[in-house]
Amino acid sequence: MSEEFSFVGKRVPKLDAPGKVTGQLVYGHDMKVPRMLYGKILRSEHAHARILSVDTSRARALSGVKAVITAEDIPEVKIGWARDHPVLKSGKVRSTRDEIAAVAAVDEDTAREALELITVEYEELPAVFDPEEAMRPGAPVIHEEAPNNIQEKMRQSYYHGDVQESFADSDVVIEDRFKLPFVTHCCMGTCFCLASFSSSGELTVWSSTQMPFLYQRDLSMALGIPATKIRVIKAVIGGGFGSKLDMYPFEPICVFLAQKAGCPVKITFTREEEFMASPTRQPVICDIKSGAKKDGTLLAREVRMILDNGAYSSWGSTTPLVMMLTISSLYRVPNVKYDVTVAYTNNPYSGAMRGYGNPQATFVLESHMDMLAHELGMDPMEFRLKNANRPGDVTGQGVKISTCGLTECIESAAQSIGWKQKRAKPGNRGVGMASVFHVGGGARIYPSDGCGSTVKVDDFGKVTLITGSTDMGQGSDTVLAQIVAEELGVPVENITVVNTDTNITPWDVGAHASRTTFIAGNSARLAAADAKRQILEAAAQTLGDKVENLDMKDGKVFLKGEPEEWVPFAKMVRSKHFRPDGDVILTRGWYEPPTEKQDKEFRGNISATYSFATQAVEVEVDTETGEVTVLKIGAAHDVGRAINPMAVEGQIHGGVSMGLGYALYEEVLLEEGKMLNPNFADYALPTALEMPPIETILIETDDPAGPFGAKGMAEPANIPTAPAIANAVYDAVGVRIRDLPITPEKVLRALREKAEKAQEGK
Amino acid sequence: MEVLTMKLNGEQVTVEVKPDAMLVDVLRDQLELTGTKEACGEGECGACTVLLDGEPVTSCLVPALKARGQEVMTVEGLASGGDLHLLQKAFIEYGAVQCGYCTPGMLMSAKALLDRNPQPTEEEIRQAISGNLCRCTGYIKIVDAIKAASEE
Repeated sequence: MSEEFSFVGKRVPKLDAPGKVTGQLVYGHDMKVPRMLYGKILRSEHAHARILSVDTSRARALSGVKAVITAEDIPEVKIGWARDHPVLKSGKVRSTRDEIAAVAAVDEDTAREALELITVEYEELPAVFDPEEAMRPGAPVIHEEAPNNIQEKMRQSYYHGDVQESFADSDVVIEDRFKLPFVTHCCMGTCFCLASFSSSGELTVWSSTQMPFLYQRDLSMALGIPATKIRVIKAVIGGGFGSKLDMYPFEPICVFLAQKAGCPVKITFTREEEFMASPTRQPVICDIKSGAKKDGTLLAREVRMILDNGAYSSWGSTTPLVMMLTISSLYRVPNVKYDVTVAYTNNPYSGAMRGYGNPQATFVLESHMDMLAHELGMDPMEFRLKNANRPGDVTGQGVKISTCGLTECIESAAQSIGWKQKRAKPGNRGVGMASVFHVGGGARIYPSDGCGSTVKVDDFGKVTLITGSTDMGQGSDTVLAQIVAEELGVPVENITVVNTDTNITPWDVGAHASRTTFIAGNSARLAAADAKRQILEAAAQTLGDKVENLDMKDGKVFLKGEPEEWVPFAKMVRSKHFRPDGDVILTRGWYEPPTEKQDKEFRGNISATYSFATQAVEVEVDTETGEVTVLKIGAAHDVGRAINPMAVEGQIHGGVSMGLGYALYEEVLLEEGKMLNPNFADYALPTALEMPPIETILIETDDPAGPFGAKGMAEPANIPTAPAIANAVYDAVGVRIRDLPITPEKVLRALREKAEKAQEGK
Repeated sequence: MEVLTMKLNGEQVTVEVKPDAMLVDVLRDQLELTGTKEACGEGECGACTVLLDGEPVTSCLVPALKARGQEVMTVEGLASGGDLHLLQKAFIEYGAVQCGYCTPGMLMSAKALLDRNPQPTEEEIRQAISGNLCRCTGYIKIVDAIKAASEE
């Protein structure tokens, strides 16, 4: 299908790869500017305590220290999605990551030494670490404004249909409780911030943000500096995965230090800080009840969720809205009820992480789909196929499904691992699958979900795309260059991409919701199409022909049907420039997806299209040790169209590995709100040894709204892996693990309980 | 301060270092070879891997003075005379790079492997990079790239 294209559908290497394999590319971590100081932050020793006094005098006296700040030195502003998070804490601390004071010094050693010289007197307060306990009457109050410890802005109830009636009509009804743990992003490059004021009073912040324009707004609010005086540049970063969605306290702290010291200041998180102070995926306690007819028709779903917000609210507190989409719309389900409560605790606060609530929701739903299938005596694949979403469906939540390759995803993922031959066979091997439903055409969570682009073509034929979007390493710049190359008709090597400098680039809401290829791609395509039109108009004038007779491809302008006779496009660009009424090629594209904001009942089509995927896995369970080994994963993804199949495969591989970690290995361990494993020795990421072979199957449904048919696909890769593995463990040894990660201990315990029950049964 | 002389990426280099300085800090901060990344500071992630007399070491755990009189190779020393190393070319071509933060360390571990075992099996490749963490790629394209480079 891609044969009609020159650059779309091609395995174009990443534009930034040469700089990355040679070590030449300068990351934010590598940056130094003249007179730069190093900032460090003093964090709380307690999860909940009154701050009685902070004495910084000895730190201030240390040679080499240029600035020390506490809450007293900065405006009293609260940041975060719910404005409940002071930048530096006064009065009390609510978690062990809480920032109390900060220093800037001539080098890191001095800054560290200065922190040790700051003394804080605390009065410990009773604390609460379990979200259910936090909501009980009499629990310690974390925020005076929320005496019941509930984040009221996210207390939500949604329904369509009538679950009570449909449970009565169901032949099979099951009810279960699932628990999902704290996990964290583990970007290889930690968070950083470098703040510098110019003599004219403009603040420049080089940041690891993935949302530069909302960040500019948030910084302005936190600092009390007009946004017109703030320039945000996203430096080269070492991964994002959602962890750089919010502005966090360390960033305004860095600016305040720079302001006070009168020098640029840089803060770079250590790995331990990255674990402790960059937010985690929110733990979820979920009660679910599902009902179906004997023939396998899914009838009803009732879900109650409790989220551990931790001590403060970030964008991550809005993940219940994404969970809601999956609960209402993954598979055809006519009756749904969903209630969610987000509870404050004295744990480190949770945030946005790849999939944004969907990994939790999908783990619960897809485990339950499997359990329902078993109750019905159906093949879980057939059960899913029977209830699969289809093109043209409008779900109870008002989600309008245009293209939908879910059926093909289920069938091809199953085939890839030999589902039919391997399912329900004796021995310790088993197969499982899970699917995913996710936004694939942006997500309207902000008044605008748009992106702006500018295309500039110079006299030599160098094309610069200036995009509002943010490349965090995922490779969006390369995909956008391919889209411009295709639309404009110039080679991809002529194209340079400039991104993420708020003084230069047009607005974009940020890199989230798997939206960049779709939204920024459509935007770049509009700007490129206009540039092409202008070049062809200039060519028509210069060559004395009609514009509709001309075309442009691979940098050549020619008469349609006569591609052998051509002129270089740069010559046509110059012919437009160097004439008495001349002009340069400088075009714009603004794309705002045709979507709706949800109404008060959460109904509305918030994305221009939706993505689907199914992953099927084969596992082997060692019944002696409880260890689960994944033998193969078949990952079938409806990506609309793969603009760059190599990049798409890379997203799927990376997503699966994050899902594998979620399923089997990863958990942030907390004791009394203190992180016990803030390092890679104790927080186990999958290594090359754990990664199973993955067969990626790209289902191209050619979405009419997407750029050249593409949909967003990056988050879905990480979502279905864990439930697919849990389902395969059940198929292998007949035990259902309801809380992640699926550790050998849990498997052994479940096997033992199963054996005991069987014994009792006899 | 102590004087450290070593052969760095083929050239003799002399630099004054603190006695307790780690090799990664001397490379990055004093010699401005920022291609070598530091991602954990505890020898757990492999991002700072360099070759010390041909052996891969996590330079965040190696005292700089241990390199005295020895040969050190960083990612900046992989290409020669403007030509990228086969591994570098393969990493680009096979899509083995995403955020790229683990890439220099991966390349150095892979170089050490191919130097001692020019035709490794897939299992040997996985073993050789098992100390190098990557959060973006799932390692698959990295393994493919190393395999392809070994077959050139």
